[in-house]
Order: sequence, then C-alpha cells, then structure tokens
Amino acid sequence: MSLIIKNLHAAIDGNPILKGLSLEIPAGEVHAIMGPNGSGKSTLSKVVAGHDDYEVTEGSVTMDGENLLELEIDERSRAGLFLAFQYPAEVPGVTMANFIRAALQARLPEGEELDAVSYYKNLYEKMDQLGIDRQFTSRFVNEGFSGGEKKRNEVLQMMMLEPSYCLMDETDSGLDIDALKVVADGVNSMRSPDRGFLVITHYQRLLDYIEPDHVHVLADGQIVRSGTKELARELENKGYDFLKEELEVAG
Amino acid sequence: MSESVLDAGTQAAIEVDQSKGNFSYPESHKFDAGRGLSPATIDYICDVKDDAEWVRELRHRALKTFESKPMPTHWATEDLNNIDFDIIRYYLSDGTKPTRSWDEVPDDIKETFERLGIPEQERAFLAGVEAQYDSEAAYSNVKEELEKDGVIFVNSTEGLKEYEDIFRPWFGKVIPAGDNKFSALNTAVFSGGSFIYVPKGLKVKHPLQAYFRINSENFGQFERTLIICDEGSELTYLEGCTAPKFETATLHSAVVELVAMKDAKLQYITVQNWSDNVFNLVTKRGVAHENAEVRWIDCNIGSRLTMKYPGVVMKGRKARGEVISIALANSGQHQDTGAKMIHAADETTSNVVSKSISVGEGRSTYRGQVHIPKHLKGCRNNTECDALLINTNSRTDTYPAITVKGNQHATQHEASVSQVSEEMLFYLQQRGLSEGAAMSLAVNGFVNDLVREFPMEYSVELKRLIELEMEGSVG
Repeated sequence: MSLIIKNLHAAIDGNPILKGLSLEIPAGEVHAIMGPNGSGKSTLSKVVAGHDDYEVTEGSVTMDGENLLELEIDERSRAGLFLAFQYPAEVPGVTMANFIRAALQARLPEGEELDAVSYYKNLYEKMDQLGIDRQFTSRFVNEGFSGGEKKRNEVLQMMMLEPSYCLMDETDSGLDIDALKVVADGVNSMRSPDRGFLVITHYQRLLDYIEPDHVHVLADGQIVRSGTKELARELENKGYDFLKEELEVAG
Repeated sequence: MSESVLDAGTQAAIEVDQSKGNFSYPESHKFDAGRGLSPATIDYICDVKDDAEWVRELRHRALKTFESKPMPTHWATEDLNNIDFDIIRYYLSDGTKPTRSWDEVPDDIKETFERLGIPEQERAFLAGVEAQYDSEAAYSNVKEELEKDGVIFVNSTEGLKEYEDIFRPWFGKVIPAGDNKFSALNTAVFSGGSFIYVPKGLKVKHPLQAYFRINSENFGQFERTLIICDEGSELTYLEGCTAPKFETATLHSAVVELVAMKDAKLQYITVQNWSDNVFNLVTKRGVAHENAEVRWIDCNIGSRLTMKYPGVVMKGRKARGEVISIALANSGQHQDTGAKMIHAADETTSNVVSKSISVGEGRSTYRGQVHIPKHLKGCRNNTECDALLINTNSRTDTYPAITVKGNQHATQHEASVSQVSEEMLFYLQQRGLSEGAAMSLAVNGFVNDLVREFPMEYSVELKRLIELEMEGSVG
C-alpha cells in the first residue's frame, strides 16, 4: 500500500516544471519534501490532486495500485487523496458546516443520508482538538479567515475526511508557534499504519513537531537528495545554496 | 443525485424534481377559443365566462391598445419578435367549475398535481390552495377559518362577478391596460389567477398559495391577480410555476396588482421554473399606502425569455417597498429582470437586492428604475445587484436608472460581478464534490442570504432547483 510517483513530468502552458520526479510514500510513513521557492513543490501537490492547469507529459502516479492520472479531481479525493492547500479558496455564502457535510455526503452511496447528529458530534470533537471555536461552523468557507485559521481549517477537514494519503502544502506557513503545535498535534493524532503523509515545507521548523520518516529535497523539478530528518537540519543550517553548488558541480 | 447540500432540518421536506414537470396529459378542452387573436376571440372568452358588460368593453379596448403598441424592441431583446401571436390559443378550458374538495377534482388533473407534490404541500402548511390547470382553477380551497374571518380567495372571473364592489375599484388601476404591450394583452384575454381580499386588521398567519401550470401546446396563459390588503392587515402569497416541456414556444403573460392599504403588509413570493421554451412576460406592481409595506420576492429559473420588473409605488408617507430577486439563466435562456421603485410620498423607503447567475450561454440583464421626485423629503433607496458568471460565454448587463431629484434623500447603489473561479472549483472538487455538486454549492452560497427570505419549503425547493440546473449545465 503506497502512493507511488514515477518519473513524473508535468508542464504548465508548455513550461516544464516537474522533470522526472519519483517518490514512494508507503502507508504508515511521513515523508517531507523541502526545497527552495520555484522548485516545483506546490506543483507536485496540484498535479497529484489533478489540477487542470497542469499537463502530465510523462510518468505515472498510482495510489494503492490505482492509476490516479485517469481519475477526475473528485474521484481522486473520494479514493482517499487529500490536499491541504497552501492558499485555500474562499467559498462565499457556504458555511463550514455545510461544506464539510457536503464533502462527507459525497462519500456515501446514493440514497444514503449523512446522520446529522453523529456528524456534529464528530465535527465538534475534532474542532475541540484543534482549538477551534464553535462559531466557526457558521462562518463561510475561508472567508475572512486569518492565515492560521485557514491552516487549522485544512487540518480539520483532513481529520473529518480521514483520507489514506495526505498531501500538505506548506501547512506551516503563516502559523505562529502555538498554532503550529496545535496543527502538528492534529496531524500526529492521524498518523497510523494505514495512512501516508507528504509534508511539503520550506522550513525545517514544522518537522520539529511532525517528525518525518524520510526527507527529500526538490530542486528544479526533481528529487535531488533523500535522507532522514537529519537532512532537514542540514538544510536549515546550510541553506539551499549548498545544494545549488552541488548541483552545479554535478551538472 | 448523491451530493446534498441541504441543512439538517430540511432533509425531510419535499423533493422537487424538475422532470416531474415534463409531462402532459391528452387535452380534452370543452372550450377552445382557437388560434389567433381578434375581437371574435374576445367575445368568445366573454361568452364562455359570462363576463359583465364593463369587462367585455374593457377587454375590447385593451385589444386595440395591444394592437396599437409596438413591440418594445427598441430597448428589449429582438427575440420578442419570434412570438407568433397568430398561432397562440388564447383561451382553453375543460369547462369544469372550480371545486373545493380534493375528491371532486378530475383524475388526470389530480394526477398532474400529485406528480407536482401539491397535496403534500397543502397538508404541510398551507392555509388555502388555488391551483390553476390551464385557464380555470380546478381546485381551490380556502380553509373555513379564513372564510369566517372574511378573507376572499377566488379566481379572477369569480372575483369580478361576485365581489365587484371590492375588486372593481382597484382592477386595472395599479397596472392600467395601456401600461405596456403585454399588460394590454393580458387585460384583453385574462382568465384565471387569484383575487384576494384581506379585511382590516387581519393578519393571515399562513401563506396562501397558487400553482400555475401550462398544459396545452401553443397555449398562452394570461392569469390575472389582484390582492388587496385592507388597513393594518398582513398577507404572504406564494406563487410557484412549472410547465411541461413542449417543442414550440409557449407564452405566459400575467398581470399581478397588489394593494396595501394604510399600515398593511403584503408579501408576494414567486418561485418560477418554466421550461426553456416559454416566453414569460409579466407585469407586477404594488401600491403601498401610508406606512404600508409591499415586498416582492422573486425567483426566476428557466424560460426562454423572462421579462419581469416588479414595482412598488410608495404612495403614502413612510411606505416601504422591497424587491428581492434571484435569476438563473442557463444556456438558451435570457433573464431580463429588475425592479421599479416609485417614491411618491415623503419618508418612503425602498430596497432592491438582485442576484443573477448566468451559466453557459445564459444571459442575465438587470434593469432597475428608482424614481424620487424633487418635492419629496427624506426618501431612501438601497439597490444592490450582484451577478455571478459561471463561464466566459455568460453575459450579464446592468442598466440601473436612478432618478433622484432634490438633496434631502439618501440613495445607495452597489453592483458586483463575480465568477465561480477555477480555484474555487478545484478546492471543492478536491474535497470530493463532483463538478456539478461543486457548482451548485457555490451558486447556493452566492444566493444564500436571499434564499433565507423564502419560507423554508420554498428555500429547499429553490436549492434543489439550482442543483438540478447546475447538474444539467456540466457534462
């Protein structure tokens, strides 16, 4: 059981961004991807989730043996893929409660209705865990949310939808240290042998709280280094420049 | 559909399936005025209905007015020229008298209503139902308590015949026959519709409701409604429309006149879901006397072309007028809607909130008119128009006309155009919603604050209609 990305090439408007990226995330593991701005981190998550702007020109993505590239965005989601957005969209007029409810309802067989009582019970439990105020349920999706609220909201949805594989795109950005801890606790509580995580981050800081099994460095659309969490510390200390130098030497 | 965006309490409420409207029963009309319009058509209608002489004269004069008025294509769409008045049948009736008890309703008509879910709705919360099947009300039922209280709820023929002293003074006064080409047409050939009188001080607790259907091909429906709320009374009236789908165009041209006497409150709610070949050209206007309130809550879905600009003439001091409207134009549809607010007394207040959604090739137009003359003091108007575009082919136009003279008034106008962005759809779909479900959630969000103005079962119906429309609009 794994999310397997093989030799993935993807382009936007004809410009290649991912250039032969390969990565395997077995269920039960947390992988972190680090890399400088513009290396293709966010592109990777969008391509795997199926964003229309990107064209996959080569390679494959499979999730527990299923070819993800043949599935629509929503089919990938219902198959168990979750993307925690770096910049989640606002949906004016739609309350958080109705939004999450619609997402859960979409996972039920036709004709079956979500049980409202157990839904709210579950929702409030998860909100409490993330320190989210009850009034949150009647706010409109991401509208007027602070950076921290948006990220907590993404994690809340992840906890509610219980996906098999979670892609987390810079979930640490915009969080103060207390919020970061709460979010990390939420993620850690979801770690299980049945679930894989790909945590995309620019900074090592998040990895102090969500301890990765593997760390990969993305540069120019490829994984250039893989290692343990020690690699993250090395990057933090030396910056990404040393990588560039290494790459230039190698090139 | 498997996705549902309905609230907890609404799941048990009625399910409205648009395909339910897509059927018709064999026609068996006892009275048929034939195709085309002439003085003979008018006489035929008058004879069948046994109209009073003054009504006959009024109809004939209105026919002349209709014929003399040009099609308003100098400002409205050229599509109006595609209406072929010569092939339309102006009056059809199977001759059945309005019946009070459900058991007396003919079986095929009953089946139509049952497929539309009307009896359940009545059971649910309606105080009285006047359902129109083609020209005549086939089923009307006003609960005894309302009758005891002196509420009159009849069709137009009965209203003018049995209650002439009550209705004649206002009939055609809020909207004269010559107001526009289609009000003239309606005045010439009207039949059916609701005439309601609410006596002084009576606050009618439950909404009264009428369902209108068009069941005969090429049959124009020209219902006529007049509602009078006497001093200090209150009424909410609900109007819902579905029509079976036919190959050739069908014309619906109603006139609705509302009168709110001093301190009265009158609310008129429409949820309209015409099939997409219907020309829906409706004139709606209310008069609000001193400290009275007239509210139009209007939802337009479907039809080939809808032209409708509900208006309020605020005639007495401190009168209030409001138009809240939602229009959804899918491919092949043009929703040309708006509001007219005529301030005719001091300290009158009007509010217009219009939201339009254009999908695919659909087109929405907002036309607003706010008139505040110079000699008045302390009038206020707020106008808000928001348009939502679902793809780049959609078109939306706003033509606000605000005439405010004098400097002792406050007016405010806001307009916005937004889109269901690709990023919003990606986000919603990433959470597992299909494209159609994502769209309908976004659209329901856009109209959310207005939908709350509708009674609950209507808001459920409305959300459901939007879902069905959005579902159909994506591959």
